[in-house]
Amino acid sequence: MRPGEIGQLIATDQQATPKTEADLALAEQVLAEVMDPEVPVVSVVDLGIVRKITWRDGHLSVLITPTYSGCPATEVIELSIREALVQAGFVQAEVVQRLDPAWTTDWITQAGREKLKAYGISPPVGSASKRSLTSVAPQVTCPICGSEHTQLVSEFGSTACKALYRCLDCLEPFDYFKCI
Amino acid sequence: MQKYDELTEFLLRMGDSALVQAQRLCEWTGKAPALEEELALMNVGLDLVGQARNWLDYAAERIGDGHDADSLAYRRDERHFRNLLMVEQPNGDFAVTMLKQFFFDAWQYPMLTQLSKAKDERVAAIATKSLKEVTYHLRRSSEWVERLGDGTEESHQRMVKAIDALWRFSYEFVELSTQEQSLSEAHTIGDISSVATKWQAMVNDVFARATLTVPDAAQPFYLASRDGVHSEHLGFLLAEMQYLQRAHPNASW
Ligand SMILES: [Zn+2]
Repeated sequence: MRPGEIGQLIATDQQATPKTEADLALAEQVLAEVMDPEVPVVSVVDLGIVRKITWRDGHLSVLITPTYSGCPATEVIELSIREALVQAGFVQAEVVQRLDPAWTTDWITQAGREKLKAYGISPPVGSASKRSLTSVAPQVTCPICGSEHTQLVSEFGSTACKALYRCLDCLEPFDYFKCI
Repeated sequence: MQKYDELTEFLLRMGDSALVQAQRLCEWTGKAPALEEELALMNVGLDLVGQARNWLDYAAERIGDGHDADSLAYRRDERHFRNLLMVEQPNGDFAVTMLKQFFFDAWQYPMLTQLSKAKDERVAAIATKSLKEVTYHLRRSSEWVERLGDGTEESHQRMVKAIDALWRFSYEFVELSTQEQSLSEAHTIGDISSVATKWQAMVNDVFARATLTVPDAAQPFYLASRDGVHSEHLGFLLAEMQYLQRAHPNASW
């Protein structure tokens, strides 16, 4: 059985009305509710993973880009997106992955940054295009007390996208979403 | 020995090198000197597995014949692997591991910088993506070489020993095959003729800060990784990495 046919079955089961080109805005809303599996407060739209939503040859097509080359969440994200869309009635929805242009933290929305901070992860500082091998360490703010008096513990955290910091004022450790 | 076209061979060199380096890093799981270091080693390994998959996906498409990235990784024998000799060397202690990582990063960085300008759009896309990750890999590994070299008497001695053990494999970082030269001249993969001098400059610079002496240029010897003639260590590494797919072909979850 092909993916589209499975979508048809699930959608019929859910009794959602099959969607058309006129429902592109709805697709956007649906995607805004698909959360990143590793940071479940930000959506795939907030993170800038969803690059394009179009209607092509009678079905919805979503272009996504992976955050890190080896990010194990990429497959889960692709699956969750397809699942959410099928449930909303976009029965033939296809998800296409593309590497180019390479994902950058510059694409994380303002809303996404606020959500990260509220969740206890310090959002990326500065612009990725200006970062290089020799650039100085960024000024990272503690998401808990707001102090700028912080220190890098390790450039690598619990997931590829995060670095470990500690606050020298409130003394709490915290994650920083690396700028790449 | 059967060879593919020039570009495919080059894709295998990039992919296999990242894959074998990643596999070596994974051997540290559960026994790194500190939790933060373990996380770092695994993170770098994960990035490299991802990069390897991107290169091998492309190689597999060009090879055809039902291949995909997994079959290339798990079903080829060592004579078909094109990875750099350096990355297949055993981990040894933390000094050897970090020096190996540094040598590899100092090669990947200028290499990917050039590949990101390749005429071949797929090569350029994979390189651009990988370069973001390799930038922080190199920052970390060069800092460790400096810290250990310019650290205690003990850490310095271990770095000196690590250089002794690894240096002879370094000639592969500074030589291009005639096939790679022709790819480079045609700009299919970008102009990579400067990678050698950039690698050497990076090593000179970091070794100077680490109070380590740069040995005389290593000379090529009978091993030839581009022809699949590897050191004995690769076979053992593959035996472990490929065990599951060899014992249970096409197993998946
Ligand atoms: Zn604080």
